[in-house]
Amino acid sequence: MADVAIPRAKPQMSEASAWTQLKYNRNWLGFWFMVPAMAFLIFFLAYPLGLGIWLSFTDTRIGRVGQFIATENYEWLWDDSIFWLSVFNTLLYTFVASAFKFAIGLYLALLLNEHMPFKAMLRAMVLIPFIVPTVLSALAFWWIFDSQFSIISWSLKQLGLISQNINFLGDTTWARICVIFANVWRGVPFVAITLLAGLQTVSPSLYEAATLDGATRWQNFRYITYPLLTPIIAVVMTFSVLFTFTDFQLIWAMTRGGPVNATHLMATLSYQRAIIAGQLGEGAAISSAMIPFLLAAIMVSWFGLQRRKWQQGESND
Amino acid sequence: MSSVQIRDVRKSFGNFEVLHGVTIPIEDGQFVVLVGPSGCGKSTLLRMLAGLENITSGTISIGDRVVNNVQPKERDIAMVFQNYALYPHMTVAENMGFSLKLRNAGSDEINKRVKRAAEILALSPLLDRYPRQLSGGQRQRVAMGRAIVRDPQVFLFDEPLSNLDAKLRVAMRTEIKELHQRLKTTTVYVTHDQIEAMTMADKIVVMHDGIVEQMGTPLELYDKPDNQFVAGFIGSPAMNFLKGHVRVNGVATFEGPNGVKLPLKTAPAGSDGRPAVYGVRPEHFTIADDGAEAEIIVVEPTGSETQVFAKVGGEQVVAVFRERHQFNPGDKVRLKPDPSLVHLFDDATGKRMNA
Repeated sequence: MADVAIPRAKPQMSEASAWTQLKYNRNWLGFWFMVPAMAFLIFFLAYPLGLGIWLSFTDTRIGRVGQFIATENYEWLWDDSIFWLSVFNTLLYTFVASAFKFAIGLYLALLLNEHMPFKAMLRAMVLIPFIVPTVLSALAFWWIFDSQFSIISWSLKQLGLISQNINFLGDTTWARICVIFANVWRGVPFVAITLLAGLQTVSPSLYEAATLDGATRWQNFRYITYPLLTPIIAVVMTFSVLFTFTDFQLIWAMTRGGPVNATHLMATLSYQRAIIAGQLGEGAAISSAMIPFLLAAIMVSWFGLQRRKWQQGESND
Repeated sequence: MSSVQIRDVRKSFGNFEVLHGVTIPIEDGQFVVLVGPSGCGKSTLLRMLAGLENITSGTISIGDRVVNNVQPKERDIAMVFQNYALYPHMTVAENMGFSLKLRNAGSDEINKRVKRAAEILALSPLLDRYPRQLSGGQRQRVAMGRAIVRDPQVFLFDEPLSNLDAKLRVAMRTEIKELHQRLKTTTVYVTHDQIEAMTMADKIVVMHDGIVEQMGTPLELYDKPDNQFVAGFIGSPAMNFLKGHVRVNGVATFEGPNGVKLPLKTAPAGSDGRPAVYGVRPEHFTIADDGAEAEIIVVEPTGSETQVFAKVGGEQVVAVFRERHQFNPGDKVRLKPDPSLVHLFDDATGKRMNA
């Protein structure tokens, strides 16, 4: 096999030309295979990211080329209470929603991993929130939480539990609860299905062995399922946190950041300042301010994802 | 240590019955091997004994206690799985001590018992390794260590050697047998490999299609198989079967395919003319002038013995010789079965006819 790639030096040929060497160089060939992917990533990821960071150091407005103003945008944001509110909102939104998504997702995954009737259908049903376009489900939630036509308010009134409509999206606390609820609803299938895939890689004989060793159902989970699932949990929760932190569609469709900026996330605030208000530089600065948080999340998962000692060594099969 | 009684046990999955009333008495300290082709229900029976499957009807008792409705963990049994089922995220020591930990044993107690089991199985230098870092044979020993640590009433083995290569399998076979001789714990061992059964068992239970075909010591089964199935299953190379009729005119003989005459020591009373199956083990042929005519097809020397495939009356038979004959394919020889060692089975029922 290797003989093909490394031609033997023939006695009469004193030295291979640079071009010949290059022709047979596997790294050079490999480079060309990577070019399309690299071009794609540079054009659609690296360039916009670089441009965004550059814009955050300028006073660019829509329709007007900006001047380099160093960190003025950031200094301005530092004293902007709405910006800090959006940071707080984003962190709250991310932590609460991710925690619920993890808990409910894990519960559903464990449930779907059991033998039960209509298993395949139930698994398919769990995926529904994931399939529906985000904006459509956001619109549905918008109606569900509408101040006048909310089905929840209507039902509770019919049951005689409340006498007045709940102003779901008009009250700051309720609005936060509602958008977090919608996000959890949408995010659970991803967590559940991924964790279910992880659960199915655990050999049933491990549970049998543990049962014979005297483990209760809880101990089976605590000592077998959970430790074997941690690598998958690290991956799925990293993605979940990143998606939640950068969420835009749900909020924009449901509340546009209101009421009184109570549901403004960094992403929605950035959009509002950059596109609606036209302050591209300032909007870019808000977006760029998300980078440290996202890096921190990635670092956490990086360490979480490192191969555990028991995963090293030759394969188990 | 305990005796185990399996009484008229049946098992159905839905409407499909896989075990049709199995009764197996197992004495205290015995090494019993359940052997049979795949699908015969032997693993199901073992899992019922472990408590991993429900018992549809009949009873299983361990010691004096009927365990039909006893939780697996309260049955005081330990099982070695085919794929070992080692916990991949635990070290060898943690794997072995897991059951004790679940029982809230003190760490001194756990250490002491894990250390003792590790010494028995020569695992002491590997206690801090993870299963992935072990070879197949070492994993197998850890699985046994996990069972030993618990000091259970009964050991259960579910085809424990089938994932090992041939050489290691032979070595582990001896190790398991040695371990049993040392610990004297009642053991139920499931395998599809009759060699494993023959070499390890105090008592072999041959199962087939959900019933027990025969129980007995390895040599009983080898010397006096109750029926044609057991005769064909036990022994390697397998017993030769030739169909034909019993003839009794003064001297008992067997008329095989195409009129081949084969010797019989005695014929069962009233069996003249009955259709029957003549069974002879490959090692019970000799070359003799009064033997049946045979044409040699293939000769396979293994060094210690030579397997000869030949045609007798148009049917292929295998003969094994320890002495070194000079045979070539196409040669005509005369093969004579030892009449005192041949088996006769009823053609219709497969039951043994001769004493």
